[in-house]
Amino acid sequence: MKRYLRMIAAVLMVGAIAFWVAAGANPGWTKTRVPKRVTDEVTGLEGVQWQDKFVPGVDFLGAALLGAGILAGVSYFVPAKSK
Amino acid sequence: MKMKLAILVLMTTTSAALAAPQSFDFKDPKGINNAGFKLDAPLESINGSASGIYGTVAFDAANPGATQGKITVATSSLIVPNPMQRQHMLGKEWLDATKFPTIIFESKEFKNVQTAGDTTTADVTGTFTLKGVSKELTVPVKLTYLKDKLGDRVPNQKGDLLVIRSNFSIKRSDFNINPGRFEDKVSDSIEITLSVAGASPK
Repeated sequence: MKRYLRMIAAVLMVGAIAFWVAAGANPGWTKTRVPKRVTDEVTGLEGVQWQDKFVPGVDFLGAALLGAGILAGVSYFVPAKSK
Repeated sequence: MKMKLAILVLMTTTSAALAAPQSFDFKDPKGINNAGFKLDAPLESINGSASGIYGTVAFDAANPGATQGKITVATSSLIVPNPMQRQHMLGKEWLDATKFPTIIFESKEFKNVQTAGDTTTADVTGTFTLKGVSKELTVPVKLTYLKDKLGDRVPNQKGDLLVIRSNFSIKRSDFNINPGRFEDKVSDSIEITLSVAGASPK
């Protein structure tokens, strides 16, 4: 049990970091929409079109690392071998 | 004599009609019109935009200084990238979009009007209404009159376009948006960018 908890914590930590980095290592808050700039050729105006896209931020990373830390911490209170 | 009088009346009526301001409708079928806003915050600035823009502006190319108009933004159309921030922004504590569904700027007077070709710059004084609070503001604007360009933007329509651009700042505390609170998290100052085009079909 102790071992499984630590393995899950490690997988969660590595997975969250990998996902965050792969998604662009966004140093801001998590986004579910991203702006796409579009220019109107006639007026020269620049508009914004919002596109649905999940971009994990530091809050996502922090929550995942906290979860991993809690799991790892809990593992210390679990007996080495359950009978 | 009667003939001369008739011609005079006709000429006066025609010149008055030609000098009459055109009405431009700012409901944009292409969805380009937008009002951007930016607030400084510790981790990253909050950048968003609103697309629910409508209103009319009466513009006379021969006398741009006489421009009058009202632009309205639907509060519910304000978008920021983070869903929780958007929920808070539209909620009761911040903009209270349900109770105050519109943000309005209505012009009163144009000053420092300078026209070069199709472009006019001016300082516009008007009433800005946000969260039910109305304040008089003077903001710089740039108007670009695009004669006969509506057809290039909207197929099968003839007419003119009027492009309005403006950048200005307001303080949220002036509009009863959490005055004196959360300034360590969200700046008091809000930078606003207006980029809109209106159509006057013929």
